[in-house]
Amino acid sequence: MRAGWSYVGRRALFALITILVAISLNFVLFRLAPGDRTSALRCQACTAEFKEQMRADFGLDKSIPEQYVLYMRQTLTGDLGSSFVTQQPVTGDLWKAIRNTVPMILLGTVISIALGLITGVVAAWRRGTLVDRGSVWTGLLFYSLPTQWLALMLILYVATPLGLPTSDIGDPYLAYSNPGWWPELVDRLRHMILPAATIGLVLFGEYTLIVRSSMLEALGEDYIMTARAKGLSNWQIVTRHALRNSLLPIVTLIFLSLGFIFGGTVLIETVFNYPGIGLEIYQSVYDRDYPVLQAGFLLLTVSVVVMNFLADLLYFKLDPRVTE
Amino acid sequence: MSPQELAEAVVPATRETRRRLRLWPFLKGHPQALVGAVILIAFVLVAVFGPWLAPYGEKEQVGPLFGTPSGAHPLGLDDGGIDILSLLIYGARITLIAGLCGALVAMLVGGTIGIVSGYFGGRIDNLLMRITDYFLVLPDLVLLIVVASIWGRSLRNVIIIIGLVYWTFMARLIRAQVKVVRERAYVKRAQALGASHARIILRHVIPQIAPLLLAQTVLMVALAIFLETAISFLGLGDPSLPSWGKMIETAFDRGAISYGAWWAIAPPGIAVALVIMAFNMVGTAAEDSLNPRLKVSHLVRRHFRLRPLPDREDPR
Repeated sequence: MRAGWSYVGRRALFALITILVAISLNFVLFRLAPGDRTSALRCQACTAEFKEQMRADFGLDKSIPEQYVLYMRQTLTGDLGSSFVTQQPVTGDLWKAIRNTVPMILLGTVISIALGLITGVVAAWRRGTLVDRGSVWTGLLFYSLPTQWLALMLILYVATPLGLPTSDIGDPYLAYSNPGWWPELVDRLRHMILPAATIGLVLFGEYTLIVRSSMLEALGEDYIMTARAKGLSNWQIVTRHALRNSLLPIVTLIFLSLGFIFGGTVLIETVFNYPGIGLEIYQSVYDRDYPVLQAGFLLLTVSVVVMNFLADLLYFKLDPRVTE
Repeated sequence: MSPQELAEAVVPATRETRRRLRLWPFLKGHPQALVGAVILIAFVLVAVFGPWLAPYGEKEQVGPLFGTPSGAHPLGLDDGGIDILSLLIYGARITLIAGLCGALVAMLVGGTIGIVSGYFGGRIDNLLMRITDYFLVLPDLVLLIVVASIWGRSLRNVIIIIGLVYWTFMARLIRAQVKVVRERAYVKRAQALGASHARIILRHVIPQIAPLLLAQTVLMVALAIFLETAISFLGLGDPSLPSWGKMIETAFDRGAISYGAWWAIAPPGIAVALVIMAFNMVGTAAEDSLNPRLKVSHLVRRHFRLRPLPDREDPR
């Protein structure tokens, strides 16, 4: 157990250091990009003195190490600056965006896990049959489709027949009629379903293939033979013995991919014009809105690091042999 | 006899233990690799002979905006009245160049770092792997946007970005393999005979890992093409070259959806999917026949289209 805690401690330390390094890298990378806060004001009439004043206000006239210390202090106290475009504090805007993105991601993940688990388990169970081959090819196909393209196809071929909305997070006119929470929830879900389905389908291919091979590996183990010899039914063998043991790599994988989903939403939210973190980043790429980008990246990095850490913890919890 | 010649004389046996990838038996044993290879050859031919195959010019307006598919234009026209089939043919070259060169950059950078790290071990290994770890969690978007805004939007920079994003996976994988090879008897023998590091790496390590490196590069091309479409979609690709990613972006940007012009969106996406599938089929089969234990490792590597994963099999 001691070794276990030292493992957890080491992983936590690594996660912390990674975040600090990421914050520093953020500083360097955005100093490399052309233009600073004053040039991004897009103020044609501003005089040179005014810009100098601005630079002094922002601390841009100081030396790089001093700026770095200032930047670190601001970041660590939660001050991520103001957007060049809206002039609003970045944290407020991002928080709103995150609240829109997270439910969508969760719904998408649930869809992908459900689809991937079912298809993968069935494929492994019926190994070598037509069902198996069909699942593998479907998985491979979805694995190969560009995310943004799949989203566009959903708009063209699914949204119209089903009458689903393809843009924004809710009906802007709904609020005026004061409909109560139920219609509002339904409206939200209707707007969420297509982006979530895109996430689900994109991850589905990958999960299917991984679940299948993880299951195949488990089905080849000796304890499966024992279970068969004991006369257990197929169902019991698959669910109680094979699936349980093959879940370990699957669960950690899912956690790991969750960290990267934030990055992946850039493409999806752009297509669906869904006002979440991805769209926020896309727009700030377009506007070269560095504070928003910087904060967005910090968020993406932290989410990856945290999910990595959780995956490590989970792995440790599920398989105590892991101490390396 | 110099020590190096001696080493040569004593250790000629390396070739027999080498895991070889013979092309024809490999393709015969893996029908999916054969299918993939046929698709790839077809696309490469189209890319090479594009200008002679394309019925119209890549910037030539030949009909109405968003003209529907017809006999003269089997895939219809885009928002500028340009023939989509021609664009697709011209785009093949650019997309494939971006994918192949991007994967090559990743292979060279990642391979070098992986070999150095795995071969020398110790402090160098530690330092290099820490750097790799930080790059792994850095969202690609940062690199993407910074590189694109410092150096401008061009095909060359797209290739650099792809290399920057994907070298880490190559480095980790190669490092793990090199660590294994390093411990083999013939490497120890060569070391004992006083062969230089450079010689051991070039004569004994690289030949051993070359097939794996190749298989990984093939898989990497699929990822690279993916990233190219994402970069183009974010408007950070080369604005003047009609890559498939750019075609999707333009169609989306110019309202092909509200126009109902599926023919402007579907073909480039299908082309991308076909090529990626083909690379995956060849790459997985090659990886499988070289190292059956790895099995799904290539899947673990791409994560949500924008960022692949660290290699879990590799103890940190």
